[in-house]
Amino acid sequence: MASLTLAQRLEVVDYRPWVLLAPALITLVLLMVVPMAIIFVFSFYEFIDIALDRPAFQFGNWQEFFSDRFYHYAIWQTLRIAGITTIVCILLGYIPAYYIATTTFRHKWLLMLLLIIPFWVSFIIRQLSWVHVLGSQGIINATLMWLGVIDQPLRLLYNEASVVMGLVHFLLPFMILNIYVSLEGIDRNLVSAARTLGCTGWQAFREVTLPLSLPGLAAGCLLCFVLAGGSYVTPLILGGPDDFLFGNLIYDTIMVELNWPMGATLSTVLLVLLGAFVVIYSRFMGLSQLYKSLN
Amino acid sequence: MHSQSLIRLFSVAVYLFMFTPVAVVVLLSFNSSQFGGFPIEGFSLRWFWNLADNEAVMRAFRTSLMLGVLTAAIATTIGILACLALIRHSVIGQNFFNMLLISPVLVPETVLAVGLLLFMRWLDQPRSFAMLLMGHVLLALPFVVLVVQARLIGIRRVYEEASRSLGANAVQTFFEVTLPLLMPAVFAGMLFAFTISFDNITATLFWRPAGMETVPTQIFGMLRHSISPEINALGTVMIVITVGLPLLAGALARYFARARI
Repeated sequence: MASLTLAQRLEVVDYRPWVLLAPALITLVLLMVVPMAIIFVFSFYEFIDIALDRPAFQFGNWQEFFSDRFYHYAIWQTLRIAGITTIVCILLGYIPAYYIATTTFRHKWLLMLLLIIPFWVSFIIRQLSWVHVLGSQGIINATLMWLGVIDQPLRLLYNEASVVMGLVHFLLPFMILNIYVSLEGIDRNLVSAARTLGCTGWQAFREVTLPLSLPGLAAGCLLCFVLAGGSYVTPLILGGPDDFLFGNLIYDTIMVELNWPMGATLSTVLLVLLGAFVVIYSRFMGLSQLYKSLN
Repeated sequence: MHSQSLIRLFSVAVYLFMFTPVAVVVLLSFNSSQFGGFPIEGFSLRWFWNLADNEAVMRAFRTSLMLGVLTAAIATTIGILACLALIRHSVIGQNFFNMLLISPVLVPETVLAVGLLLFMRWLDQPRSFAMLLMGHVLLALPFVVLVVQARLIGIRRVYEEASRSLGANAVQTFFEVTLPLLMPAVFAGMLFAFTISFDNITATLFWRPAGMETVPTQIFGMLRHSISPEINALGTVMIVITVGLPLLAGALARYFARARI
């Protein structure tokens, strides 16, 4: 090997895949890996005044984060809302997924298509559509007033429930698809076998179908939880002043207060917080299940 | 039997839950009332005409279209090249690179947004259209990779090997054999990338240069005042584009697939 020229060595090492990979790798490194490192570096900078900060290595921002109860409350609130959203998604999502997977309906593709279409409807439209449902001029209030049940519109909007509603509406298709993928992969013979061995329909479901669908359920939960926990636009549209998520704090700190060092600190916290769930998940399930579901 | 019909009923209710709010937006966009909500006073197309005269909305539309098309072109090109490397060549650390390519999905979008923003600030670069575009490419890339990869695995190597043994070089083989076979995935990937870009608001609110609006941020800005009927009309137009385009593409693909046989 030592006597080979550089050109010959390049021939020995197949460099073509690296040329092909280079654009994607450069994109990812420059736009994601380096920026995340920069966030971490910025969290030690010192905030001087609006839009002004000084490169430094000090723990002021971190101290503020760990000592200020407000931030802890925001974390609790974010985990709570993301948790409630995930649970509602499970409750609403499992049965339709089961129905699609087991139906003998001839046009099953139509059910699948109807499940995909919400993904194509713009996120912001889906969120604002809830104003038309829950708002004071929304369909619920308009109907109730027309029926004479109430004479003042109910305040259904701008509270935590409406935020959860918006998040569920956005995330439910993810949950249903994930559960469906798992259910679809179950060998039907197993259920038949359980029935022949004396299980009731419910027992067969509980002992065979439900455990085998857990991987999809877990993937759906992870996606719902992480996406809900990372969002901030939904509370801005459907929430009241107290219904903020951690993402809202980041948005306000960076875009309104222009306090970039603190914003960087909070971003690191959010990344670690939600990243922890991804890591825990991948330890138990592996990430391949998640890729399958994203497809 | 009884539980079967309960399951069906529940499923129908969930589908209604998903579609009713969107249907309400479309319905209200044809309402002639001055206000964005109920009651319905009559049928009118005037909010759509108002929209066409609204210079800010039209500008946002042009920006979004441009952004979406460029994102689709760049993300798909980069994605195909990377997939070729990972599927058709043996690379050290293949699994690691696979992970890396998909990883933007697993990072909260808010964090990705802050990261790029701070990086630009660190470089003393102002926010620009180019930065917004590159950000959208980052968000779309994982989905393009997933779609193209799935298809590429399905294309057997014998076609490429036959082409090579008949004297075509690697580049010729790619353009004459691999790419045509890959076309459905290329289209799907482009469509995916376009809708992701066209729809994005979470990161775009961080990245857009001062004074630049995309359609979602424009709607978001208009929402701040109140829900005007114009927003409903804009929503309907958006739905027609982002739902109609993939449906049309799917129907066309099916038609051509049948025609070939």
